[in-house]
Amino acid sequence: MGELRLMKGNEALAEAIIRAGADGYFGYPITPQSEVIEYLTAAKPHERTGMVVLQAESEVASINMLYGGGATGKKVVTSSSSPGISLMQEGLSYIAGAEIPIVIANVVRGGPGLGDIQPAQSDYFQSTKGGGHGDYRLIVLAPSSVQEMSDFVPEAFDLAFKYRMPVMILSDGAIGQMMEKVELFEPIPRLTDEEVKAKYPWATNGKPKGGERRIITSLDLDPYKLEEHNHHLQEKYRIIEQNEIRFEEIMCDDADYILVAYGSSARISQKAIQLLREKGIKVGLLRLITLWPFPYAKIQDMVSKGKKGFLAVEMSAGQMVEDVRLAVEGKVKVAHYGRIGGVIHSPEEVAEALEQKIIGE
Amino acid sequence: MSEIAIKDIIKTENLVYKKTSLMTDKPLSYCPGCGHGTAHRLIMEVIEELGMENDTVGVAPVGCSVLAYEFMNVDMQEAAHGRAPALATAIKRLWNDKLVFTYQGDGDLAAIGTAETIHACNRGEKIVIVFINNGIYGMTGGQMAPTTLVGMKTSTSPFGRDVSLMGNPLKITELVAQLPGTYFVTRQAVHTPGAARKARKAIKKAFQNQLDDAPGLSFIEIVSNCNSGWKMTPVDANNWMVDNMFPYYPLGDIKVDGELVNK
Ligand SMILES: Cc1ncc(C[n+]2csc(CCOP(=O)(O)OP(=O)(O)O)c2C)c(N)n1
Ligand code: SF4
Ligand SMILES: [Mg+2]
Repeated sequence: MGELRLMKGNEALAEAIIRAGADGYFGYPITPQSEVIEYLTAAKPHERTGMVVLQAESEVASINMLYGGGATGKKVVTSSSSPGISLMQEGLSYIAGAEIPIVIANVVRGGPGLGDIQPAQSDYFQSTKGGGHGDYRLIVLAPSSVQEMSDFVPEAFDLAFKYRMPVMILSDGAIGQMMEKVELFEPIPRLTDEEVKAKYPWATNGKPKGGERRIITSLDLDPYKLEEHNHHLQEKYRIIEQNEIRFEEIMCDDADYILVAYGSSARISQKAIQLLREKGIKVGLLRLITLWPFPYAKIQDMVSKGKKGFLAVEMSAGQMVEDVRLAVEGKVKVAHYGRIGGVIHSPEEVAEALEQKIIGE
Repeated sequence: MSEIAIKDIIKTENLVYKKTSLMTDKPLSYCPGCGHGTAHRLIMEVIEELGMENDTVGVAPVGCSVLAYEFMNVDMQEAAHGRAPALATAIKRLWNDKLVFTYQGDGDLAAIGTAETIHACNRGEKIVIVFINNGIYGMTGGQMAPTTLVGMKTSTSPFGRDVSLMGNPLKITELVAQLPGTYFVTRQAVHTPGAARKARKAIKKAFQNQLDDAPGLSFIEIVSNCNSGWKMTPVDANNWMVDNMFPYYPLGDIKVDGELVNK
C-alpha cells in the first residue's frame, strides 16, 4: 500500500509529477490550477529529485520550453487552464509535427474568452480534434478523481515516450479543486543523462562522438516529403486507436440505456444511475478514460447488443456527443445533456434528461 | 613569367584556410552575398575551436535561417517563429554542461518573439543569442521589420517607413543591455574580412562565457544585409548598410563582463 494523503486534485497532479521522475515543469499561473506550480515551487523538487521548475513569462513560452526540453529526451510537463491552453496551440502543433514527447494538463474552466473560473468540459473539441493547425492528434486522458489526477501522470509520460507525441490530461476545475484521499505511487527515479542518451537516440542533446547530428523539426518544404511525414503520423495514430482506448463500464450489462460521460460528469452520472435504477429504469455508464482515441467500436457493440439509447452528459453545449453520434450511426436515439458556462449539473437533472430526451420522446 | 598550373598550387602545405567540418557540404540556400552564410560559418568555427561539437545544441527559428540545421553540423532544433529563447532556456536548464545557442532574425527576435527575448535575457539564461539584423523580413519577401530604418522602403512600407504610422526602428540590443541578466552584449558585422574577424572574436567570447558558467546571457547582434529584400546588388547592399545601418546601429561592444561600456 502506497502512502495515503488527503489532497486537492491539483496538488495530487503536482506530487505525481515529482514522483513520476519528471525532469522539468514549465508553467504560468492561472485559476483553477495555480496550485500545481505553487505546490511544485514549495515542495523543493530540485532537492528531492533534481527536477527543474520554472515559472515562464507566458503559456506561449511554457509550451515552447516543453518543445526544447522534450526534444532533448527529458521528461517535461506543463499545466494550465483553458485560456492558457488556447495560447499553447501553436506550440502543440509544432510538438506533434516534430514528434516530441511531452505531457500537458488542462484543468478546464468555463469559456469562451476569459469566461469564468468554474469547472467546465467545453475544451473537448480543442483537445480531441487537433486544436492547432495541421493534421495531428493528442492522446487525451480524462481523470475523474483525485486518485486519477495522480495515476495518470506516469501513464501519460509512458504514452508520450512510447509514441513520441504530446499527451494531455484533460481535467476540470472540480477535479482540480476537490479534496480526496489519494494513494501515492512509489517514486520513479529520474533517468540520468547517460540513460536518456542511450534510450532516446533521436534526441538533440549533443551529437554523439563519431555519429550523426540529430535534427528536431516540423518543417519539410518538399510537399511529397511532408505528405510522407503526415502518412507516418497517421499510421501512428491508427496504431494508437487500436491499442490505447481506455474506458470503464459501470452497470452496463443489463442496462437498456447508456450515459456516456467523463471527468466530473461521470461522477454525477453515476449518481444519476442510482436515481434512475431506484425508479426501475435500467441505466449504465460508459465512463471514457481516453477521449482520443475514442471508443467508437465499443459503442457500436453496445448498439448491436440492443442498447436503446445514449445520453452524452458533458458540461458543454454538446461536443463529445458528436463522437457518440458518429459511433451510433443513427441506429438508436442519441442526445446531449449538460449545463454550460461553468455550471455543474445535478444528478437529478441528468436523470430527468434521460427520461425526457431518450425514453420519453 | 613562367606559367604556374593551379593544380601545382593546391597542395596541403599551401592551404591557409579550410571549411570547418561543422558546416555540412550542403550548398547554402541563401542569396549570393547574404551575411547569413558567413555568420553560420563563424559560429561553427568557434564551436569546433572550443572542441564542443559533441556538446552543443543549436536552435534556429523561422526566418531565412530556418534551414540552418541543414548547414550547421551539430544537434539542432527548429523552433516556431520567435520562440527560440524559450526552447534554449529549457535545454540549458536541463543540460547545464551543454553549449546552447539561438540564431534569430530581427523579425523573429524583436517583433513576434520580443517577450521570449526580453525574459530569457532578464532571467540571465546562460545561453548565447546570435541576432541577425538585416532590417527586413527576408524570408517572406521583404516586409518591414521592427528594425527597418526610417524612410526605408519595404513591401509593407512602400513609401518608406513613416514614424508617425509605423513607429521607430527598435534598438533591441541596447534595450537588452540594460537588463541585469545580460553579461555580454555586442554589435558586429560580417561584410568584410576585418569585420568577420572581429565578429568571430565576439562569438568566441560569448561561447567562452557560457563554458565558464558566466552569470548571464551573451547577446551578439550582427548587422547584416539582405540584398534581395533591399533590392540591391550584393556590393550596393553592403555599401548601403555601411552608410545607413551602421550610423543607427553602431558596431562595437555595449556591455562586457556584466558592465555597460561607456561611449
Ligand atoms: C506565427 C508565424 N507568423 C508569421 C510567419 C511568417 N514568417 C516567416 S519568417 C518571417 C519573418 C522573418 O524575418 P526575420 O526574422 O527578420 O528573418 P530573415 O528572414 O530576415 O533572416 C515571417 C513573418 C510564421 N512563419 N509564423
Ligand atoms: S532574402 Fe535576404 S536574408 Fe534571406 S537569404 Fe536572401 S539576402 Fe539573405
Ligand atoms: Mg530580418
